[in-house]
Amino acid sequence: MKTDELIAALSNNVEPVDRRLVGRTVAIALGLGLVAALGLVFAGLGVRADLATPRAVIFLSLKLAFALGTVGAASVYLTRLARPAGERKISLGLAALPFGVIMLLAAISLGRAPSSHWDRMVMGDQWLECLISVPIIAIVPFAVVIWAVRKAAPTNLVQAGAFAGLVAGGVSAVGYALHCTDDSLPFVALWYGGTIVLCTLAGALLGPRLLRW
Amino acid sequence: MTTAEHELKQLMLASQDGDSAAHRALLERLSRHLRAYYKSKLARSGRGAAEAEDLVQEAVLAIHLQRHTYDPAQPLTPWVHAVARYKLIDFLRRTRASRADVPIDAADDITAHDDHIGAESSFDLRRLLKQLPDNMQCAIGAVRLDGLSVAEAAQRCDMSESSVKVSIHRGLKALAALIAGRTKP
Repeated sequence: MKTDELIAALSNNVEPVDRRLVGRTVAIALGLGLVAALGLVFAGLGVRADLATPRAVIFLSLKLAFALGTVGAASVYLTRLARPAGERKISLGLAALPFGVIMLLAAISLGRAPSSHWDRMVMGDQWLECLISVPIIAIVPFAVVIWAVRKAAPTNLVQAGAFAGLVAGGVSAVGYALHCTDDSLPFVALWYGGTIVLCTLAGALLGPRLLRW
Repeated sequence: MTTAEHELKQLMLASQDGDSAAHRALLERLSRHLRAYYKSKLARSGRGAAEAEDLVQEAVLAIHLQRHTYDPAQPLTPWVHAVARYKLIDFLRRTRASRADVPIDAADDITAHDDHIGAESSFDLRRLLKQLPDNMQCAIGAVRLDGLSVAEAAQRCDMSESSVKVSIHRGLKALAALIAGRTKP
């Protein structure tokens, strides 16, 4: 076949396209992922019992601010990465900003506490539960986000996969925060931050397999 | 900003709005750039003009199918280059060349040269079409090959207009996958 014939065939009755489709699909996936994560936490783990107390509200808001900040920055970049050449417009610094802030706050809170408390502040009661739960809750959000990115045309599959994992890990942390009663900042920085990074690495590894088009 | 970038971007914007003539002009101009690009890249790994033409057509089909992913706030040249390079790497990997064969290049490379001497590619659109489900075959055949309107195609294929559009889009994606599958070693 000649290329001219192909072009002629493709140029018959060209339909207008929706330029906002990519952004909308990613946003829908984000919403669905959040619903899935919250559903799993409500049904499987249950919301923390002391949710109505002021102390719980303060620490829950802190965890949510970290998780939602991560999701917010990462999903803006994911929408770019879903498009060809989107990798040109990525600033890893901004995506890492929530991690930097939480680590700084964690360091300050460790510095102000006596060193005999450090072990308990870092390990909390439920570090193992956090380590296992966040990646598991992230599975469905990850699948939906990958589906959305596959609707577009990412050209850097490692980065697109990594950001899909980052978004999914952040969404999962939003859900898990409602259950988790470990309220120290070093705990959040290490176990929330660490599991989200784990999800990001998994996404980077899976991206090239899952996102080919 | 170069003239080529400016003109191509105007064509792309019109094409996104459903202007058939602009779409055709865009694909024709880009296909010449793509041909020059692929010939020069493939020459370095000792491959011929027919393979370059296969790639030109894969990229043209990809640009057609993915034109909704172009964001008008960004320049067009890097977008086209990213698609072209993605298809090149995919092709080299499929054909078991090493990734080291892919030369480092800049986005400007894509519009630097022009080559209008098209060889025949190794695909036959009508023959490939026969491998698709009937509804996709009918819709693509009517609208893309025979130039009927979507309404006429809906009548001929006995389906609704919206399913004609969906069948064409899915069918072309399936076709792109068939073309990619065909060049496997």
